[in-house]
Amino acid sequence: MSSNWVLACAANDVDEEDVLGVELNGQKLAVYNTPKGFFATDGICTHEVAQLEDGLVIGTVIECPLHQGRFDVTNGKALSAPVCVDLKTYPTKVEDGDVYIDVPA
Amino acid sequence: MRHVAIVGAGLAGFSVARRLRELDYTGAITLFGDEGALPYDRPPLSKGSLKASVDASGATLRPSEFFEENQIALRPSEPVLGIDTTARTLQLRGEAFAFDALVLATGATPRALPNAIIRGLHGVHGLRTLADAQRISQAFGTAQHALIVGGGYIGLEVAAAAAGRGLRVTLIEAGPRILGRVAGPPTADAIRAAHKRKGVDIREGVGLSAFVGTDQVKGAILSDGAHVAADCVIVGIGIDPNVTLAKSAGLATENGILVDPTCQTSQPGIWAAGDCAAFPMADQITRLESVGNAIEMGEVVAANIMGQSRPYAPTAWFWSDQFDLKLQMVGLSPGYDRIVTRPGVNPDAISHWYYAGERLLSVDIINEPKTYIIAKRLIETGKSPPPAQIADQSVNLKVLLKS
Ligand SMILES: Cc1cc2nc3c(=O)[nH]c(=O)nc-3n(C[C@H](O)[C@H](O)[C@H](O)COP(=O)(O)OP(=O)(O)OC[C@H]3O[C@@H](n4cnc5c(N)ncnc54)[C@H](O)[C@@H]3O)c2cc1C
Ligand code: FES
Repeated sequence: MSSNWVLACAANDVDEEDVLGVELNGQKLAVYNTPKGFFATDGICTHEVAQLEDGLVIGTVIECPLHQGRFDVTNGKALSAPVCVDLKTYPTKVEDGDVYIDVPA
Repeated sequence: MRHVAIVGAGLAGFSVARRLRELDYTGAITLFGDEGALPYDRPPLSKGSLKASVDASGATLRPSEFFEENQIALRPSEPVLGIDTTARTLQLRGEAFAFDALVLATGATPRALPNAIIRGLHGVHGLRTLADAQRISQAFGTAQHALIVGGGYIGLEVAAAAAGRGLRVTLIEAGPRILGRVAGPPTADAIRAAHKRKGVDIREGVGLSAFVGTDQVKGAILSDGAHVAADCVIVGIGIDPNVTLAKSAGLATENGILVDPTCQTSQPGIWAAGDCAAFPMADQITRLESVGNAIEMGEVVAANIMGQSRPYAPTAWFWSDQFDLKLQMVGLSPGYDRIVTRPGVNPDAISHWYYAGERLLSVDIINEPKTYIIAKRLIETGKSPPPAQIADQSVNLKVLLKS
């Protein structure tokens, strides 16, 4: 499968241990700056409709701002109730201070 | 430990089972329920499930494969009738069932109006189960005028849902104001105003004297003498913990099944979690009725069955959705002497911070999840930012978290 790298934001748009919401190809995504690097997931929680950009990042975990479901942003795994469906993740790369996300066209 | 039995296949019971497997417990787990269904989530029952477009099939917590994969023996139609604490068996309809550890997660039952008031009339509903929600949703399809008895969260959410279905709605609250037990005055004011804007007729300090009607309810006479028409009544006047099973087995109860800080009942090896359990918190016996409590207490019980001796010290949190209001609360406000208001970024967002002196006790947030998740972390970590900073919209809350 061919990749489709899209410019998401500047790396310093996202604070350390923080998250930024972006919209790419009409799709809401969340970009995370973590101690392990940049990661990207779907922007909406898999439980109800909550914007993960409003959540809290602790290490590589995002906590949903509505009912505190937690996901590992490196692989999208749902870690704690009430969330039980994993979050979709997308490959990221940083080039010249910009973050790119590989999103299906 | 070879066999853990869990009575009650609700959120708390489910959380115990799930966490036991996450902690690599390898013995048997049997989860007894009496609703004949996979464990499901209750919050939608008073929110999305009452919308016309929704077939209220319910939000199951996990598909049946989850129970098979994790070897959790779910018996959803097996009411537990008794406990023999000496023989360590459960009494079922056709057998005695042996356990090594037992968890009581029996939940709660909505308080009913006295029979003298209901008089067997049709059209009067309580709301706890999926079956209740289906009945109410169906009634909304044909009813003209709903009367909601009780101005707590469930009553207010049902009122919002009924108004959304085009019914005329009256809500009565016998106490001096709505949400008297569970939210501060400014939050109650905001919610009252939202209901008024949508045409819900909220009457506070008004009780119910009698229903009108012979077979089907037609209306009600209120304590102030007023008459209201109503062909559909929903009663949301609180819940009582399900303690009968525990009590008849000789376990200590007091507004719930009494547990110690590790969630163990007065009988070693028998634990309790969720709405049914009364636990010590800050020198008081407390019972919480929330999703957060059911999940977290269930998880602590699982850890302690595995020998961890973890005390349960929760931060209370809750949410409610009414019309376009998303309300979130964290902490417990009793004892506050000051309320600090923080305007939200959007005009429909606001938060109220309850302080006792310089100590932050609780926060109510409307339409700003971003503020909620930070407030929750502040309270969990025992941080009390200076009130002046909270009131200042230009202060970034995330910075307070790191200081
Ligand atoms: C309509 C509604 C809306 C809500 N909204 C919110 C919300 O927005 N936010 C929030 O935080 N909380 C909300 N809650 C509260 C939350 O759902 C409860 O706190 C939570 O479900 C408690 O879980 P539990 O497992 O302790 O009890 P329950 O969910 O009541 O489960 C107990 C189960 O045990 C079964 N049982 C009892 N006795 C026996 C027996 N002897 N044998 C076998 N089975 C037995 C019961 O039938 C029941 O299925 C809401 C509740 C309702 C009813
Ligand atoms: S919406 Fe994210 S946990 Fe509920």
